[in-house]
Amino acid sequence: MTLAELPLLQQLLLVLAALVLFTSFVLLEQARLVSAIHAFAWQGALIAAITVIVATGGGAKHLYFSALLTFMLKVLLIPWMLHRQVQRLDLERHTQALRRPALVIMAAVALVVFSYWLALPMVAQELTFTRNIVAVSLAIVLIGLLMMVFRPQAVLQVLGFMSMENGLFLAAVSTTQGMPLLVELGVAFDVLVAMVLFGVFFLQIRDSIESLDVDRLNRLTETVENER
Amino acid sequence: MTAVLLTVFAPLAGALVLALLRSSYWAGWLNVAVAGLSLTASAWLARSVALDGEIAGLSFRVDAFNVYLVVLTAFVGLTTSIFSRPYMAHVRETQRTGAGGLRVYHAMYQAFMFTMLLALTTDNLGVLWVAVEGATLSTVLLVSLYRTPEAVEAAWKYFILCGVGIALALFGTVLTYFAALHVLDDPEAGLTWSVLYGHASDLEPAVMGIAFVFLLVGYGTKIGLVPMHQWLPDAHSEGPTPMSAVLSGLLLNVALYAVIRFKMLTDGSLAATTTPQLAGYMLMAFGMLSFLVAGLFLHRQRDVKRMFSYSSIEHMGLMTFAFGLGGPLATFGALLHMLVHSLTKSAIFVTVGHATHIAGTQDIDHIRGLIRTQPAVGWSLLIAVAAIAGFPPFGVFTSEFLLLTATMDAQPWFTIALLSGLAVAFAGLFRNLQPMVFGAAPEGQGPVTANMLPVMTHLALVLWLGLAIPPFLARWLDRATELIAGGHLL
Repeated sequence: MTLAELPLLQQLLLVLAALVLFTSFVLLEQARLVSAIHAFAWQGALIAAITVIVATGGGAKHLYFSALLTFMLKVLLIPWMLHRQVQRLDLERHTQALRRPALVIMAAVALVVFSYWLALPMVAQELTFTRNIVAVSLAIVLIGLLMMVFRPQAVLQVLGFMSMENGLFLAAVSTTQGMPLLVELGVAFDVLVAMVLFGVFFLQIRDSIESLDVDRLNRLTETVENER
Repeated sequence: MTAVLLTVFAPLAGALVLALLRSSYWAGWLNVAVAGLSLTASAWLARSVALDGEIAGLSFRVDAFNVYLVVLTAFVGLTTSIFSRPYMAHVRETQRTGAGGLRVYHAMYQAFMFTMLLALTTDNLGVLWVAVEGATLSTVLLVSLYRTPEAVEAAWKYFILCGVGIALALFGTVLTYFAALHVLDDPEAGLTWSVLYGHASDLEPAVMGIAFVFLLVGYGTKIGLVPMHQWLPDAHSEGPTPMSAVLSGLLLNVALYAVIRFKMLTDGSLAATTTPQLAGYMLMAFGMLSFLVAGLFLHRQRDVKRMFSYSSIEHMGLMTFAFGLGGPLATFGALLHMLVHSLTKSAIFVTVGHATHIAGTQDIDHIRGLIRTQPAVGWSLLIAVAAIAGFPPFGVFTSEFLLLTATMDAQPWFTIALLSGLAVAFAGLFRNLQPMVFGAAPEGQGPVTANMLPVMTHLALVLWLGLAIPPFLARWLDRATELIAGGHLL
């Protein structure tokens, strides 16, 4: 079956999923902190939209609720909290360009290809559609990981972490119509607590190294131990 | 059922009360009381499981495998809380943290116990994930409790690495659910472990194989498997010592428990394919690598708590390897090793806590003459390290002996690696230990007030397990073995 033969609703979902992947790339390359936060909010909004579409397309009713939850958490609350943190830490005009952008973007592209390859054996024939979404969400998770490796700045690392979380949520919504409600609530709670703790850590890190460049957190390694 | 609820939710209630309680003096005692309540309830729970088989309901499920871990968790939680009361008072006196810090400490201690017990008793794989992530969240502030640059760095590393790891585990959980939905009619039951286990042979093998890779890497980060172990020595060495004791003794076990539950599903799913042992082989590879690498790293440590955290990685590697090996003998040995390692390692961390207070530093080169200064601490450390290194007649010897026998049986070539790994680790521990306990004490080093009761209790239990495993415990372990490996040992 080709993509064009899929029902319209599924095609729409694929387009949105592709857009989510696109925001992942935007997030990866964004130099300004504030713009990166906006990109993250857009990603959350797209995922909330996907959730609503899956719900109208005959999915479980509790998906409306999780769409609302995603919207509140990922589009409003977390970006707002990050914004406030950034303001409080006086980083609004902070820019930090990606080092070796070509290499990192190539790596991200490679990760997308890898995700498709990994999703390949997972399909029973009828699941062309599912495979695409699984691959896209895995790619988002891995790009989030890449971002945490290559952006040694605490706020950007948190954004990478949260976008991994977005990828996981996308996987759950589109392949399995969402996890059971109890689990989804638990995950949302954990994410929220994690965000509060991240805020605490921004302050602690700044107090300890006077910046949020976590590259400078390098006292604990195996090799320099003798000098301590 | 009441017993389950009381065991799990007493710590949660305790955490809430402790968060509000201002007096750190009473908080220390309340902490002990809540841990004691939880232990009493877990003993009651163990008794009902012994009588009735398994207890299930309200998405909790307690069987032979997790009940002994529940009792172990509650027990180590209690003894560590007994140790932590005077220890944290001393920390407060030396100005390393303030009253607010202690309040966070006590509340988070019980919150951590709650997440551990919830992870062990729940039947829902999603809730299991939420609880394990909750364990990270509740301990991360404790790692940075002293606010030194090193502590903040360790906490950040811990947070980020475990956060990423656990995110991958969630992806694995989603894939498991995806596989389950093709088999089960009721989507709500798709993450219930007992239902999935009943249908394990129908689960799509390709999906389960990939899911297990993600789950192993994810939860493996929390077990401290090499190469995802980077956070572990840092978090253990920079956090308060009672935290190191419960992290090493309990958290690592719970993460391993999660992996084993998923391995049981994956094995069922892959049974009919060409690679039925896939999950086992992966566990063996990661386990052996961790075991050998951590053994070597023991030699170059300068920080005493760091050294013992590498020893934890080594032992977790050994258990992971044994569970991968499969078969009743190896599984029985691994279950026993989980038990004795927890008891011994938490005893070691408690003793090390006293030793660092005596010497005023964690630097191995500056901890000297413990036996001269305070014989109780010095001898306890010596005996506990002898136990963890696998000397008879302690329980660690028994379990390692079982594991070696099982390896000899199933994969003879690995015996060489195991034996040399054990020798390397032994040498690494003792070259550092010897000058710490013997040797001349520096001028002006005096004894501290130390409550050695928890250590003595743990070591006595480990000794008892080495000499004769009590019949009821052997039956428990045997039933757990039957559950995991599909065959009796006894």
